[in-house]
Amino acid sequence: MTLLEVEDLWVKFPTRQGIFEAVRGVSFSLGKERLGIVGESGSGKSMTGRAILRLIRKPGIVEAGHITLEGTDLMQLSEKEMRKVRGQRISMVMQDPKFSLNPVMTIGAQMMEAYLLHKNTSKTQARAKSLEMLKAVSISDPERVMRAYPHEMSGGMGQRIMIAMMLIPDPQILIADEPTSALDVSVQRQVLDIMDRLVTERGMGLIFISHDLNLVAEFCDRVLIMYAGRVVEVCDADRLHEAKHPYTQGLLNSLPRIEDPRKHLVALKRDDAWAEAPSVSGVKADA
Amino acid sequence: MSDVQTMRAWLLTDTPSSRRHAKLASLYKGWLTLRSNTMAMFGLAILVFLGLVALFAPLLAPYDWMAQDLGNRLQPLGAEGHLLGTDSLGRDILSRLIYGSRITLYIVALVALIAPIAGLLVGTVSGYAGGWVDVVLMRITDIFLAFPRLVLALAFVAALGAGIENAVLAISLTAWPPYARIARAETLTIRSSDYISAIRLQGAGPLRIIMKHIWPLCISSLIVRVTLDMAGIILAAAGLGFLGLGAQPPSPEWGAMIAEGRRFILDHWWVATMPGLAIFTVSLAFNLLGDGLRDVLDPKDGNQ
Amino acid sequence: MADAPVTTERRSTAPLFSWAKPIVFTLGSVAVTMLGLLFVTFIIGRVMPIDPVLAVLGERASQEAYDATYKAMGLDQPLLVQFFYYLTDVLRGDFGMSILNARPVSEDIARVFPATLELATIGIIIGVVLGVPLGVVAAVKRGSWIDQIARVVALVGYSMPIFWLGLMGLLVFYGILGWVGGPGRLDIFYEDIVPARTGMILVDSAIAGDWSVFRNAFSHIVLPASLLGYYSLAYISRMTRSFMLEQLSAEYVTTARVKGMSEWAVIWVHVFKNIRVQLITVIALSYANLLEGSVLTEIIFSWPGIGSYITTSLLSADMNAVLGGTVVVGLVFIVLNVFSDLLYRVFDPRSK
Repeated sequence: MTLLEVEDLWVKFPTRQGIFEAVRGVSFSLGKERLGIVGESGSGKSMTGRAILRLIRKPGIVEAGHITLEGTDLMQLSEKEMRKVRGQRISMVMQDPKFSLNPVMTIGAQMMEAYLLHKNTSKTQARAKSLEMLKAVSISDPERVMRAYPHEMSGGMGQRIMIAMMLIPDPQILIADEPTSALDVSVQRQVLDIMDRLVTERGMGLIFISHDLNLVAEFCDRVLIMYAGRVVEVCDADRLHEAKHPYTQGLLNSLPRIEDPRKHLVALKRDDAWAEAPSVSGVKADA
Repeated sequence: MSDVQTMRAWLLTDTPSSRRHAKLASLYKGWLTLRSNTMAMFGLAILVFLGLVALFAPLLAPYDWMAQDLGNRLQPLGAEGHLLGTDSLGRDILSRLIYGSRITLYIVALVALIAPIAGLLVGTVSGYAGGWVDVVLMRITDIFLAFPRLVLALAFVAALGAGIENAVLAISLTAWPPYARIARAETLTIRSSDYISAIRLQGAGPLRIIMKHIWPLCISSLIVRVTLDMAGIILAAAGLGFLGLGAQPPSPEWGAMIAEGRRFILDHWWVATMPGLAIFTVSLAFNLLGDGLRDVLDPKDGNQ
Repeated sequence: MADAPVTTERRSTAPLFSWAKPIVFTLGSVAVTMLGLLFVTFIIGRVMPIDPVLAVLGERASQEAYDATYKAMGLDQPLLVQFFYYLTDVLRGDFGMSILNARPVSEDIARVFPATLELATIGIIIGVVLGVPLGVVAAVKRGSWIDQIARVVALVGYSMPIFWLGLMGLLVFYGILGWVGGPGRLDIFYEDIVPARTGMILVDSAIAGDWSVFRNAFSHIVLPASLLGYYSLAYISRMTRSFMLEQLSAEYVTTARVKGMSEWAVIWVHVFKNIRVQLITVIALSYANLLEGSVLTEIIFSWPGIGSYITTSLLSADMNAVLGGTVVVGLVFIVLNVFSDLLYRVFDPRSK
């Protein structure tokens, strides 16, 4: 069953040198699955995530055939209607909790706000829900964390708080934009596991944006490979080694593998034709 | 034509062939950015105009700036032979404004030389030496920053006596601390960079490092700051002149001219209005140019 | 990694010393700055081309009287000892006698300071009430017509001589239109009617319930206060705008938008809380600048405040009065700085 379908998405920014196209005609669909979007920096993967939430600010331009969330085209909604979609139906976790949490508000205030915005309930209710959610992301001392400020938290805790906050209103889709890239390697796994558990339990769709091909292959069901604003390849995560596109192959070959040690890793050689070729559709055939 | 073309290409190259080439190329690119900023160019045009007026004052002024004509006093705008009217002693206001531009430029140039250089010296020494030298110098800087500038300048002029040179000195004394702060901050970042260590390993002494490697890098942020401060300097000088503590009569200093015209403000408004407009135009020009320069030299503060 | 919030733990068990230290440090640096300020004024007083003895005795004093007074004033002592005397005098609130009217300078200052305070306070209120929203809107609607207006307002404020704009204001609103009162704090007819309690006429007349005096005082203060308000508005709106722009590109703003907050809620709830601290510093600075900017304004509007007190004393070479006034204004500067520093500690959780 399809939750979200994106068709022919473009994101453009006017600059002094002319219009810069960050995303160029991307199409894909998302069911109750974990969809990975992989690409190097500047490939347009983050812009794709933000465009879905219509968070691209002026002077940036978003164009799309449609972005349909369970039958509603998000492109047609007014800004006010769109605000009901954000948080409540589609939510997003960003890279670094150091910057994505407001430094001068307590964590409790920020969490309760996320809940109160969409649910018409009392503060006590919001508080109880926040505490419950903090427990759900394995925070052992939620009462104290509620009173604390973001700078008093470690990166791993910050990101778990971020996940808790974003899942409080029970969204159907979570976009995770490099959620572990700013974290210590030692806590990356833990944060991913928590996110995975919550997403699966709630039957949500997850868009996992990362530059880390291995991580995505391991963690997701399906992978889109983006290059220069376009999707160059779509494949199932467990069949990534069968990838045909030279860019994907190049990426795979540039990574060391334990089971297949090599003297030299191959440096990626780029071909201008990759950027020119039209985008591959990521819409799932059986959707 | 083709010469101009190759010159442009040479300046816009991505692969400069020498240090001088690189320097000229970056200057040229900065100029191109500045040129695309209409307001900054407008400010620059006003300042060039001001410079020319000051330079050719004897040719441009219709009258002697001191020549009194009591029978012709307080003539209104557009009076015969006096485009901007005359003041209470019958002196031609336009001629006085034209000569006054020399005084304004003189004050600005002196302060713009003294204050940043003093600040640069204090700041780099403080930042480079560190330790108690830094503590003492920065404390002194803080003390001067704690003073209200105009009041401190007033007190200095009171001690030194009224006059243009003392006004310049007083303004410079109140203007140097921010430059010292900037220069110190720059020095601190530059000092710890790897290439300074490399130079030191090659045996360069502190004097050489400061003069050859730290000063040139402080210059651009100081220039921006000076240009933005020029307007403030002009206003401070005019303020002192207005209070009778700067240029003394009969000098055609613009602030002093306003002070003189103040007595007639209700009946003969133009006497005080015209020099005020002149001050406004010039400091506006400096502000516009300063904003533009900041975008070119210091892009992190400017509008991205 | 451990789950326990390490830093909160440390904070709750931290010794008393951890918050006392920055306060001691602040007070120490304030003391040093004040000492420096007094030293500078002291030196200025000593290099004056006016003979302090003759200033007291008059030109025709005999040599014996001159020598006696010279000794009595401590002028034969080393400079540092003299500075020490000066210091103890100032700490007792004794700035010496005014040569002009033979009254203690401290009394004069106590009389003129409220007038300046009244003027500057109304000015800063105008500046904050109009300047902060203008800066916020200019940043949010960057490039719009309102941003352009804010830019012009600031540019004009940065470029126009305040004394000239004051003159023009008098010419137009008093001379031509007759909407406001002229120079001075009151028309002569209303002077000395209400008893001076605070020295601020608006407050005094309100306490006395004399609204005709209040109205008259208001008509006199509105123009100079608006003038000062305009200059602080120019500065405050510009700074607010740049603080806002800096914060608007921060990631937590995106977080708030992702939550589904409306744009204005994002700005006032999330962003404004983050610029509050910087704004306090700017407002304190600009309030201090108003106390100083009032020097020229007070001259134009014949306002009997500390600015015109310093200037008139200066023109009659009344050095004790000039230095006393300078010290007081300098002290106000320092106090405002400390005040904004303390508020910073209160409002920014990261500074603890």
